[in-house]
Amino acid sequence: MQKFANPAQFLKLAKAALPFLWAITALLFAVGLYGALVTSPPDYQQGETVRIMYVHVPAASLALMIYVAMAIFSAVAIIFRHPLADAAAKTAAPIGAVYCFLALATGSLWGKPMWGTWWVWDARLTSMFVLMLLYLGYMAIWQSIEEPTRAAAIARIVAIVGVINVPIVKFSVNWWNTLHQPASILKMGGPSIDTSMLWPLLTMMAAFGFLFLGLQLTSMRSEIAMRKLRQARLLEIGNR
Amino acid sequence: MTQQSIRALINRDIALARAQGGGLGAALGFILAVMVLVPLALGPDQALLQRLAPGMMWLALLLSVLLTADRMFQQDYEDGSLDVMLMGHLPFELVTLTKAIAHWLTVSLPLAIITPPLGLLLNIDTAQLPILWLSMILGSLALSLLASIGGAVTAGLRRGGLLVSLLILPLYVPVLIFGVAASTANLGPNSSTPALIMLSALTLMSLVVAPWASAAALRAYLR
Amino acid sequence: MPQPLRLKAENLACERGGRLVFSNVNFTLNAGELMELRGANGSGKSSLLRLLAGLNTPADGTVHFENGIADFTLAEQAHYIGHVEANKPALSVIENLKFWANFLESELNENSLAAFKLEALASDRTLLLSAGQRRRLSLSRLTIAPRSVWLLDEPTVGLDAASLLNLQKLIKKHLKCGGMAIAATHTELGIKSTHELHMDKTP
Repeated sequence: MQKFANPAQFLKLAKAALPFLWAITALLFAVGLYGALVTSPPDYQQGETVRIMYVHVPAASLALMIYVAMAIFSAVAIIFRHPLADAAAKTAAPIGAVYCFLALATGSLWGKPMWGTWWVWDARLTSMFVLMLLYLGYMAIWQSIEEPTRAAAIARIVAIVGVINVPIVKFSVNWWNTLHQPASILKMGGPSIDTSMLWPLLTMMAAFGFLFLGLQLTSMRSEIAMRKLRQARLLEIGNR
Repeated sequence: MTQQSIRALINRDIALARAQGGGLGAALGFILAVMVLVPLALGPDQALLQRLAPGMMWLALLLSVLLTADRMFQQDYEDGSLDVMLMGHLPFELVTLTKAIAHWLTVSLPLAIITPPLGLLLNIDTAQLPILWLSMILGSLALSLLASIGGAVTAGLRRGGLLVSLLILPLYVPVLIFGVAASTANLGPNSSTPALIMLSALTLMSLVVAPWASAAALRAYLR
Repeated sequence: MPQPLRLKAENLACERGGRLVFSNVNFTLNAGELMELRGANGSGKSSLLRLLAGLNTPADGTVHFENGIADFTLAEQAHYIGHVEANKPALSVIENLKFWANFLESELNENSLAAFKLEALASDRTLLLSAGQRRRLSLSRLTIAPRSVWLLDEPTVGLDAASLLNLQKLIKKHLKCGGMAIAATHTELGIKSTHELHMDKTP
């Protein structure tokens, strides 16, 4: 643990790991997309549009997982005062937000042929929407507070309160949805899905996961560089 | 001895709200504006208004409380009162809890009491009043507590108003859902009890999380 | 016979926004002693006071407070008078004092108003007070609850000659009763201090 806490050690490790990560990501996307677009069959009800699922579902689940990871990083920052934990949470947020946006956009694209409208207040999409707000709020905190140590301390709390809120929102939105709409049309996953569809889905999920890891390590590297730059500038002002 | 500090803080915040008018007047004006503008926007169809009324009333209550959130700790932060409070014997989490309860007593609770009768403008059935009062009074405590998180997180920001809305809105979603569900369930075949239980659970949960989160955020600003 | 108080700082360092404000600050202060903090703007006088008041955590070093009340931290046994007033403009002078007295679990006595001659202003709203009068009001907080360490950030700013005399009297009395005080000042406090800490010397 202590070894990774050292930014210099981390930078070295990240630099060594990144080429492998990108290679794995490219491979997974190649295989996953081939499976999703070529080998997997069209759905007997939804036709070709079902292929949106191979982007929508991975993006949505990764968006959720990344938010949870952000909260874990924040908790680690509070409990162990790990110097890299705040940076990790900070850089994960924009990536998670993009995934979240991707999930919303593909959900909307899916909605047009399925329901004949661009947006439906389906329970799943609504929860995603709230998650997007949580991401935006978290990033806005880093944007609005100038002093980095203070911004980090506040951002931790926002992330943790947010992650407590996620399951509550999920539960309440499901409740609300069953009150107003009899059933969700977007039903998938679970054991009912066929293997020919399942393996491309899982591969795409892994591809999105490795893409996140690659992006995350890259932006953490630049975050650490920015910190060093800032430190040097402050030192210069101090010596003046 | 703790009681003395808590009582002092509550009394001071009530006195301040009275002296400065607090946010209550503006919040009340906001609710009234919604009640008047909704029929103008949707047309005077009595049946439609009656159907939409509980949701609109909850929305008005929620947004009006939201409007007052950013001022909850700002003054105390800027004038150094929080410094002195942090140095007191009262645990800082109890300071933030007390301030949230003072906010409830001076803003959310009065609004929760006034809003249901104003719903008569939207043609609600008078039989709905008791359940509206019950759910709103219960929910308003959660609204104040959650607002305290937003207020604390933006206490040191000059223009925290917009950010506060963005931060609190996701936290208010469940309160809105269960609040409206509780207020409307008895119109259909359902009972209000499950939604009321959920609303109470939310309030209890905010009672645990909000003081901790607000205190941690304010500490970060005082550093 | 209780042991006399002692405040000991060892190797203190303070960081703000990633910048080292000061480092290697050492001092020992005994009961009845006054320490003056000297130094240019930005040398960390206010940061040191806030650190001692528990409003900031040291980046390095330790603060020991010996023979105080066992269950309380140093901050809980200290008064901190900063640049801002911690009083509400909308409340009256007496209401502000009463609030802090109650919040700090004490009771308001006549001396609090008398210490800085605020009796005539007692029921006026703080809004109407001049800058010097407001300063006197915030200094009055020193008298409303007995606390053994006083941390004063430029306490003389804005005070007239008579009020300065009152402040000196108050500090002297506090020291005589076995308390201690640390004051950041640019001007002479007018009391013989036992220690002087020059913040500039610690790079």
